[in-house]
Amino acid sequence: MDLYPLWNSLRIAAISSVLVFFLGIVAAYYAARLPRAVKGVLDVVLTLPMVLPPTVCGYFLILVFGVKRPLGMFLSQFGIKFVMTWYGGILAATVVAFPLMYRTARGAFESFDKTLAYAGQTLGLSNTYIFWRIRMPACRQGILAGTVLAFARALGEYGATSMLIGYTPGRTATISTTVYQLWRTNDEGGAFTWVMINLAISAVVLLCVNMLEDRQKKAVKR
Amino acid sequence: MSLVVDIEKRLGDFTLCTSFETDGGILGLLGASGCGKSMTLKCIAGIEKPDKGRIILDGVTLYDSDKRINLPPQQRQVGYLFQNYALFPNMTVRQNILCGLRAEKDRQKKEKALEDVVKLLQLEGLEGHRPSQLSGGQAQRTALARILVSRPKLLMLDEPFSALDSHLRVQLQWQLRSLLAEFRRDVLLVTHDRDEAYHLCTRIAVMDGGSVLALQPTKALFADPGSIRAAHLTGCKNIVSARKCGEYEVEVPEWGVRMTTAQPVRDDLVAIGIRAHYFNQKSAQNRYPIVYVGDMEEPFEWIVEFRYAAQSEGSRPIWWRVPKDRRPTVFPEAFGVAPANILLLYS
Repeated sequence: MDLYPLWNSLRIAAISSVLVFFLGIVAAYYAARLPRAVKGVLDVVLTLPMVLPPTVCGYFLILVFGVKRPLGMFLSQFGIKFVMTWYGGILAATVVAFPLMYRTARGAFESFDKTLAYAGQTLGLSNTYIFWRIRMPACRQGILAGTVLAFARALGEYGATSMLIGYTPGRTATISTTVYQLWRTNDEGGAFTWVMINLAISAVVLLCVNMLEDRQKKAVKR
Repeated sequence: MSLVVDIEKRLGDFTLCTSFETDGGILGLLGASGCGKSMTLKCIAGIEKPDKGRIILDGVTLYDSDKRINLPPQQRQVGYLFQNYALFPNMTVRQNILCGLRAEKDRQKKEKALEDVVKLLQLEGLEGHRPSQLSGGQAQRTALARILVSRPKLLMLDEPFSALDSHLRVQLQWQLRSLLAEFRRDVLLVTHDRDEAYHLCTRIAVMDGGSVLALQPTKALFADPGSIRAAHLTGCKNIVSARKCGEYEVEVPEWGVRMTTAQPVRDDLVAIGIRAHYFNQKSAQNRYPIVYVGDMEEPFEWIVEFRYAAQSEGSRPIWWRVPKDRRPTVFPEAFGVAPANILLLYS
C-alpha cells in the first residue's frame, strides 16, 4: 500500500499548525490591544475563513496564487508554486485553521489578568520575559486548545486543499482527498483503510491532549 | 528622598489632576473608590501615561511632558503592591521572589538576598508553594518580598488589606508598620479606610474627584479636616450645613442651635462637623436639650441616635457613640460639645 497520503497529510498538518501557532498568537496579542473599531473589522477579516465554505477559501487562494495571477507569477520566478504542489496544501490548511487558533488565543489573552504584566514591568522584567514566562503560561490552556483544534482542522482539511492542489497520487494526495478519490473509483476497501488511519491519528492526538492536561493539573496541585 | 508628582490626565468625563510631594515618610492617599487614587499610582509606576505634567523621584525625572521624558516601568525603580498581589500563578514562591532579583547576576548574592527576605517576611517553608496554596497574608508577604528584593526607591501599596478578612487586617497592619519603619524610603499607601490610614501614615492626602483636597500630617488632618469631603473620609458622622454668625460663633439652622468655636470662623464657612464621640453629657459649653431617637448595639459601644429639641422635622438624627461602660442609665436631657471639637468645614 502506498503510504504517501499519510506522510503528506502529517507534514502538511504539522507544518501548518506550527505556522498557525505563531501567526495566531501574534495576531491575537496585537488584536487584544487594538482600539475597538479597528479590532471589530480585523476580527471579521481574520475569522472569515472559519465560516466560509473551504471551497470558497480555495477559490480565493487560486485567485491570488494562481500561476496566471500577478502574485503567482511573481512567486513562480523563484520556483515557488502553490498550485498543484504538496506545499500548496500547507497554505490551504494554514488559512483554514488560522481562525481557530486566533480566536481561542485571543479569548485567552483577553481574560489574562493585566496586573500580572504590570507587576512584572515594575519589577524590571523585560516585556519578552513577561510574554513568554508569565502571559503564555497563564494562557496555556487556551493556546493549547487552539493549537490542537488547528492541527485537527489542518489534518482534516479537504475543500480548499482539493481546490488548490487537487489530487495527484504520490505528489499532492492527502488522506482526505485519497478517501474521496478511492470511494469515487469504487475502491471501498481502500477508502475504509484510510478512514481507519485517520480515526487512529485523531484518537492519538486527543489522547495526548488529555494526558498533557492531566499532567498540568497535577503540576498545579503539587 | 522625595517624590514630586504634578500630573493631569483626562479619562472621559473624569479629569485626574493631582499634585503632591512626599518627604520620606508614609503618605496616605485617602479617597472613595473612583477618585483617581489607583490611577495616580499607575501613572507614577509608568503603567499609564498622563496627558501632561511631571513626576520626579529622588531627583530622577520619570515623566515630563515638556521635556518629552517617559521612562518605561522597568527603569523607574518603583515597587507596586497590587490589590490582588499579582503573584505569578505558574511560579512557586521562590520563583516569584527571584523575579525581583533578575537584575542581580551574582548567584551567591542572589541566594543571600532571597534567604534574607524569606526570613524577614516569615516565609520559611513556603518556598516551594504556588500562589494558589497561600493564605491571604502569606500571599501579601510574598508579594512584598518580591518587591523588596528589587530594591525600589519608592514603595506603593494599593489597598493592601482589602482582600483580607477583618481579623487578619489589623494583624497585618502591625506587621506592615514595623516593616515600613525599616524600609526607610518613600511609601505611598492608597486606601479608603480611615483606620488603615491613621494606623500607618505619617501624612495623608485626601483625594476627591481626581484632585488632592488637602495634604496634612495625619493627626492634624483628623483634628481639622477643613472640607466636607475630608471630614467624611476621616469618618466624621455628623456633618450639617452652617453659617458664620460671629467671630467665634456659628449658626446651625437645621439643628436650631448656635455653637461657639475655638478657632475663628471664616466668612466662607459652609458646614460644621461633630464626631460621634464628642458629645458630652456633662460639658456646659454649647449645651442644648436633646430628644432620644433610638440606638444600635455594637460589641463594645453603643451608637445612639438623637435630635436636638429644636431640630427641624426633615433633618437627619445625630449620632452619638459611647463605650458601654460609660453609657448612663438614664438618657441625658442635654448634650454639650467642647468648642475645640467643632470641625469648621469650608466648601
